[in-house]
Amino acid sequence: MTAEENIWKLLEEVSDPEIPVLSILDLGVLKKVQVQENGKVQVTITPTYSGCPAMNTIAADIKLKLLAEGYPDVAVNLQLSPAWTTDWLTPEGKRKLEDYGIAPPVEPEGDIHALFGRDTVVRCPLCTSENTKLISQFGSTSCKAHYQCENCLEPFDYFKCLK
Amino acid sequence: MDLHHTPTAAVQTYSPELRALLFGYTLQLADTSLILGHRLSEWCGHGPILEQDLAMANIALDLIGETRSLYQYAAELEGKGHSEDDLAYLREAVDYKNPLLVELPNGDFGDTVMRQFLFDGFHLFLLKELQNSPDPGLAAIAAKSFKEASYHLKWSSEWIIRLGDGTEESKRRIQKALANLWRYSGELYTMTQTEQQLAQSEFIPDYATLQPQWDAHVARVFAEATLEVPQNVFMQQGGKTGRHTEHLGYLLTELQYLQRAYPGLEW
Repeated sequence: MTAEENIWKLLEEVSDPEIPVLSILDLGVLKKVQVQENGKVQVTITPTYSGCPAMNTIAADIKLKLLAEGYPDVAVNLQLSPAWTTDWLTPEGKRKLEDYGIAPPVEPEGDIHALFGRDTVVRCPLCTSENTKLISQFGSTSCKAHYQCENCLEPFDYFKCLK
Repeated sequence: MDLHHTPTAAVQTYSPELRALLFGYTLQLADTSLILGHRLSEWCGHGPILEQDLAMANIALDLIGETRSLYQYAAELEGKGHSEDDLAYLREAVDYKNPLLVELPNGDFGDTVMRQFLFDGFHLFLLKELQNSPDPGLAAIAAKSFKEASYHLKWSSEWIIRLGDGTEESKRRIQKALANLWRYSGELYTMTQTEQQLAQSEFIPDYATLQPQWDAHVARVFAEATLEVPQNVFMQQGGKTGRHTEHLGYLLTELQYLQRAYPGLEW
């Protein structure tokens, strides 16, 4: 295993501070790992949303993790392009989200062509009913919308689509 | 926190003139999203209902996220070693180049929704085109923010319809907001010299090509909301050339307080 492969493996243990069941690999936030000849490690991450306050924490967690594993010299860079999309959430990541009680993204309802289109059918992560309603497109974090299940009546978060 | 965007290599190949133009334009976009983001953040804890309080805070967060990318890129184009914080916190009101619309006070919820709606359409259609800019820095930021901005326009459009085609009270208020704010919409599309020059060299879209999309969307929403668009209105302008309303100074006093009182302070 090369040093870079090793680092990718180590970073599987760095999670999203807002959704701790997801690693930054599940999220598709980790883009590149490069080890320079002098041993310096360059890690490139991409933000889910521009204003996502978790990025600073994620960068700090990456540095702490690698420091503990014997990589003292680490720089974390932010790359905007290509822009993150919910397509980069791994199937494993989507499954973990649903198990955690957050409905995973289903279709691009934020698309400009769907400005007044029909509401997305989101399945309740708790009782699996499809009889749910949108409360607000904006939820507890930038990446989530707020839904309620009409069957079990529980409110829940929906990880909204970004394409 | 030393988390920075990867530098844009193309910047090194630009002539000083092009860099200066792109710097001015990027700064203007950054000022615009910062000031509107700040205004929206003033609603935090004061929204009419919890969900809408959160919605406005979320939109503010998106705008301020976009702002950070833009100021970082502006600092890179300027090449004088300034940071995003220097650009946001240490400039005077006359140095800000945001259009007047975004600095206007929040008023009631209807005023805020109307201001947001007039801006959101402009913002979305601009970002959509700016993604194709030959400048990779602007194109990357636009591609990122475009996705977020489509949610903003959806939110404000739905509220215009709900308030306009709502109760007598909500209709009266949102119609009043439209009557007050419409005169600030023209400046969004009035191009400054910087914008004209960049449009001529096709670094940014010609705003005349954006306006029909905005007109169509705005007309459709106002029709559904049963609102009447004011006719023959004199369009106010000045913000994009640094001539602001008195409101901006008060806003900056609050926004810049910490850096003015404790220069160089970091978290």
